[in-house]
Amino acid sequence: MTNGMSNTKMKTPGAAQTRFAQAAIDELGWWRAHKFLFLRRASQLCVLLTFAIGPWMGLWVLKGNLSSSELLGTVPLSDPLVTLQVLMTGHLPETALLVGALLIALFYLLAGGRVFCSWVCPVNLVTDCASWLRRKLRLPRTAEMPRGLRYYLLALVLLLPLVTGITVWEWVNPVPILYRALLFGAGSGLWILAMIFLLDLFISERAWCGHLCPTGALFALLGKASPVKVSAVNASACDNCMDCFEVCPERQVLKPALKGDNPMIVDSDCTQCGRCIDVCAQRVFQYQNRIALKAENNQ
Amino acid sequence: MSQVNRNSKAKGVNRRQFLATTARAGCAMGLLGLGVSGVAKQSSHLDPMAIRPPGALDEQDFLSACVRCGLCVQACPYDTLKLARWFEGAPTGTPYFTARTVPCEMCEDIPCVKACPSGSLDHALTNIDEAKMGIAVLIDEKNCLNFKGLRCDVCYRVCPLIDNAITLERQHNQRSDHHAMFLPTVNSDTCTGCGKCEHACVLEEAAIKVLPAHIALGKTATHDTYINTEETTLEMLNKGLTL
Ligand code: SF4
Ligand code: SF4
Ligand code: SF4
Ligand code: SF4
Ligand code: SF4
Repeated sequence: MTNGMSNTKMKTPGAAQTRFAQAAIDELGWWRAHKFLFLRRASQLCVLLTFAIGPWMGLWVLKGNLSSSELLGTVPLSDPLVTLQVLMTGHLPETALLVGALLIALFYLLAGGRVFCSWVCPVNLVTDCASWLRRKLRLPRTAEMPRGLRYYLLALVLLLPLVTGITVWEWVNPVPILYRALLFGAGSGLWILAMIFLLDLFISERAWCGHLCPTGALFALLGKASPVKVSAVNASACDNCMDCFEVCPERQVLKPALKGDNPMIVDSDCTQCGRCIDVCAQRVFQYQNRIALKAENNQ
Repeated sequence: MSQVNRNSKAKGVNRRQFLATTARAGCAMGLLGLGVSGVAKQSSHLDPMAIRPPGALDEQDFLSACVRCGLCVQACPYDTLKLARWFEGAPTGTPYFTARTVPCEMCEDIPCVKACPSGSLDHALTNIDEAKMGIAVLIDEKNCLNFKGLRCDVCYRVCPLIDNAITLERQHNQRSDHHAMFLPTVNSDTCTGCGKCEHACVLEEAAIKVLPAHIALGKTATHDTYINTEETTLEMLNKGLTL
């Protein structure tokens, strides 16, 4: 049985087998087994709060929302996907929107595209929550949807403005809907997030972020060449406990790194959330900088 | 790391399966696209009472351009603008205002337009008096106090373009036969649609309302030849027609 010392979340008295990732907690202590999860939540909340202290308290660091914003009244930042959609309608926006999109694209080009998904995106909180519940309730794994679906959806999202002349996706895009709900009190769109939660929980595992979201798809494409990657530096120590597979939102990226020749997780689907680093008692994974590593090897 | 790579044989994609998946995904996407477009098209008809911020492009172009960031909303010092919610009249996430609640105060520097990164609020608008947010229409002559022969004049007096966008037209009061009526009359060429008149109307439900231009304005048909009345009258006289 579990020692139940530091985890307050665990309330189900009937859970007879070992708590998830117990090995890592025993081996490394609670903090190191949750470090990146904690930092990630902190980052997601920080971004949200930087936006929110404007409308809530009148402290204007960031105005607008994730679709487009202004940092300190000067630097424009905008979502590349919505900017592309606007361009596809044939409307030429003000330079602020274009520069903003370029700055954001550049940032994720360097930091790793789906860093957005795990460290910034608010929908990630919802889908991670569904996935956590799924694990707690031990819901059966259902049929996998094809992973390429999000790229079809991305193509569709960019094609529809061309055909209809309106940025159709923005009606239902859950990423800004959640932000608008919190910053502008437009809560009636939250039904879409409820749908995503239910979809992820009962119908298909990680359905939204792992298979559908076109924002995630675009960022995955953007982050292909990014220097920052998670790497199975210590793959030989892997004891096949499968904890990382259990927790990874894109578990198909793990096997090539663990069992292949290149320990680096090069698949751009990896959200660089670092949960695999957390839950591995053997400390198999680490964040690595590809460029620095190459330079080192060449010396 | 040094384990056998059992995977490498399964790597080649089964082509038929791939094509089948592609076809299925294509169909699903097509349906989804239809659905989402349908929703979008249907709710892209602007609620007649929701007025766009100054400088807004025509509704269709506005919906292409606006990224729903809310920068205009946050730039407005009077809390005039709101972002539409789902199931409300205006398309979700786009800015609008309800004149009866908070009208536009016609800021001289037009901060809402300046803040808009997408140009859905046209940056070419630099003089707020040229804004066309909508057109005020005195919609209910029955209840308007001035039409009853009283001197309310509130809408007339609050108009930032007093005696230009809104005038009082003097007319003989046939009911009492020796009084005058002063009928508030909107000049649709200069009215900016700020909505101060609607906001200020003393009735419980405003008798004067700002409507989007496409609802408020009529349109002359292109084939209409009776535009120049003087010429037309002369023509008719010359043809020997009785008036
Ligand atoms: S996949 Fe989409 S919804 Fe999920 S975290 Fe990434 S951007 Fe957000
Ligand atoms: S491989 Fe690791 S870092 Fe990448 S998504 Fe999976 S758990 Fe997160
Ligand atoms: S002109 Fe001024 S009051 Fe009117 S909507 Fe713009 S910012 Fe608000
Ligand atoms: S600032 Fe422009 S793009 Fe942003 S919500 Fe307002 S009108 Fe739309
Ligand atoms: S909306 Fe009313 S107050 Fe504003 S300009 Fe027009 S007539 Fe005047």
